[in-house]
Amino acid sequence: MNVRRAIRSDHVAGWAFASPAVLLIIVFGLVPIVWSAVLSFQSTNLLKPPVWVGLRNYEALPNDPFFRKAMLNSLIYTVLFVPLSVAGGLLTAVALNRRIRGIRIYRTAVFVPVVVSTIATAIIFLWVLDPNFGIANFLLEKAGLGPFGFFESRHGALYSMVAMTVWGWIGFDVIVYLAALQGIPHELVEAAQIDGAGTPGIFRNVTLPLLGPVTLFLVVWSTINAIQLFDEVYLTTNGGPGTSTYVPVFYLYRMAFLNGVAGYAAAIAYVLFAVIMVLTVVQLLLGRKLVYLST
Amino acid sequence: MTEIDVATIERESPAEEPGRRFLFSGWHLVLLPIALVMVVPLVWMTVTSLQTLDETRHYPPSLVPTSFEVQNYTDVLRATPFVRWFVNTLLVTLATVIGNLVFCSLAGYAFARIKFFGRGIVFVAILATLMIPFQVTVIPTFLIVRQLGMIDTLGALIVPNLAGAFGIFMLRQFFVTLPIELEEAARIDGASRLSILFKIVLPLSGPALATLAVITFLYTWNDFFWPLITIYSPDNMTLQLGLATFQGAHATNTNLLMAANVMSILPMLLLFFVAQRYFIRGIATTGLKG
Repeated sequence: MNVRRAIRSDHVAGWAFASPAVLLIIVFGLVPIVWSAVLSFQSTNLLKPPVWVGLRNYEALPNDPFFRKAMLNSLIYTVLFVPLSVAGGLLTAVALNRRIRGIRIYRTAVFVPVVVSTIATAIIFLWVLDPNFGIANFLLEKAGLGPFGFFESRHGALYSMVAMTVWGWIGFDVIVYLAALQGIPHELVEAAQIDGAGTPGIFRNVTLPLLGPVTLFLVVWSTINAIQLFDEVYLTTNGGPGTSTYVPVFYLYRMAFLNGVAGYAAAIAYVLFAVIMVLTVVQLLLGRKLVYLST
Repeated sequence: MTEIDVATIERESPAEEPGRRFLFSGWHLVLLPIALVMVVPLVWMTVTSLQTLDETRHYPPSLVPTSFEVQNYTDVLRATPFVRWFVNTLLVTLATVIGNLVFCSLAGYAFARIKFFGRGIVFVAILATLMIPFQVTVIPTFLIVRQLGMIDTLGALIVPNLAGAFGIFMLRQFFVTLPIELEEAARIDGASRLSILFKIVLPLSGPALATLAVITFLYTWNDFFWPLITIYSPDNMTLQLGLATFQGAHATNTNLLMAANVMSILPMLLLFFVAQRYFIRGIATTGLKG
C-alpha cells in the first residue's frame, strides 16, 4: 500500500538527509570522545604503539606540581573572571538600556571587542600593558599608581590575564543581558511604579529576579570558558613568568604536542571535563533554587 | 526561537521619557569610562601601527597620531605571506560556513520533520557532543586527521568542522516552529522531501540560517587552537596562526606588529558593521537558549 511505501521511504529519506552530518559527528566527535578515554589509560607519544598503564596517569596527576599549579591558577582566574565579567556585563547593559544621546556609539564601543580574535586581543594587550612603553602604566601613573610589570611580573601576570579577557568577553555578556532586559514586559515595571516603587526598588524586586535565568546561563558559560583558557596564555606569557600563568589546557597542550605524553594529556582532559561537569551541575542546581526562590 | 525580540537591541530602548532626551544624563558618567576602556586599546593599536619604530619606543606614549607611516603596512605584506594567510582563512571559513549550512539544514530538517528509524537516539548522541570540551577530543581528532593524511593542509581545518551539533540543534528547533501545512500541501502535490526543504522550508528560514552563518564565520575565522596543532608550513597558515608566528618573530617591531593586527581585525570589523543585526541576534540566541 501507498502508506507503507511512504513510511519506508521516510526511513530512507531521513537517513539520507541526516547521514552526512551524522557521519562527520561520529568520526570527529563521538569516536574521539571514546578514544580519548582509552588513551587516558595508556602511555603513548602519538608515534609508537601505546602501552596499557591502567590508572597510573590519573594517579600521577595529584602529585604533579605543574598540574597542581595549573589547577590553582585556573581556580584563581575563574573566581575573578566570572563575577567580574558577569556583574560588569549586567552594569554595562543596564547603563546601555536607555534613551540618551550617543547611545549607539556607546553600544558599538562595547560590542566591538567581541569580534576581535583572542590572538589579536593578546597582541593588543601585550602592547597596552607593556611595562616600559605601554599606555596603561602611563595612565595609571597619572592617577598616582604603578608602575606595574603586568605580564612580566610573577604577581601581576594572572591578574593582567583577567583584565584582558574581561575586556574581550564583556560585550558578549552585555548583548545577552540587553536582549533579556528588552524582553521584560513594560506592564510589570509600570505596575510596580503605580504601587509606588522607586527605581532601585524596581531594579531589585522586578528586574533582577527576571534576569535570574540569563545570569545563571552566563555564569555557567563563563565558567566553562574560564576553565578552558588557552589562546591568550599561549600568546602573552607562555605560562610564565615561571609557572605563574600555567593553566590546565596550556599544560595539556604542552604534554600532548610538545612533550609527547599523550596518554597523560588525555587524563588531564578528562579530569578537566569532570571538573566542568560537576561545576555546571552544581551551578545549575544552586541557580535553579535561587532563581525559583526569587520569582 | 525565543520570545525576546533581539532585533530591538539595536533600536532605541523606551526606558526614558522623550522630553528628557536631550538633557545631560548621569548615565554618561558610567558609560563614558566604560566606552573609553573598550576603545582606547583599539585606537592606540591603530596609532602605533602608523608610527616609526623610534616613536613606539617613546615615553610618554601618544594617543593621537604623530606620523602616518603607511609603509608599515606594505612592510608587513612584504615580510609575510599575509595575503596568503588571508585567502587561506577566507577559504577555510567559507567552506566551513557552507558545509554547516548545507549539512545542518539537511540533518536539522530530518530531525524536525521526518520520522525515521533511530531518530531519537541519534539526536541525543549528537547533543551529547555539545557538552564535551574540545580539549577532550583534540588528541584523537588529531590522530584521525593524521590518518586521513590531512595534517598541514587546509583540509585539516575544514573537514572536521563541516557539520556541528550546535547547527543541527539550532536549525531543528527553528524548523519545528514553521507551519507544517505548507509542507503537507506540497507533499500531496507530489513534491519530494528535497524540493520541499529547498523551495519551502529554507526560504522561510533566512534569519536562522544567517545566524548560524555568522556564528560559524566568527568562530572559524578566529579559531587558533586547532590550526596551531595541525598546520606547520607558513603557506598553509590561517590569519590567527600567522599572526601568532609573526608576533613570535617580530615581538620588538611593535609598529609592524600593530599594522598586521589592524589588517587581521579589519575584515571582521567590516562584516560586523554590515551584519551587526545578525551578530547580535546570533550571540543573544546562543545566550538565551543556554
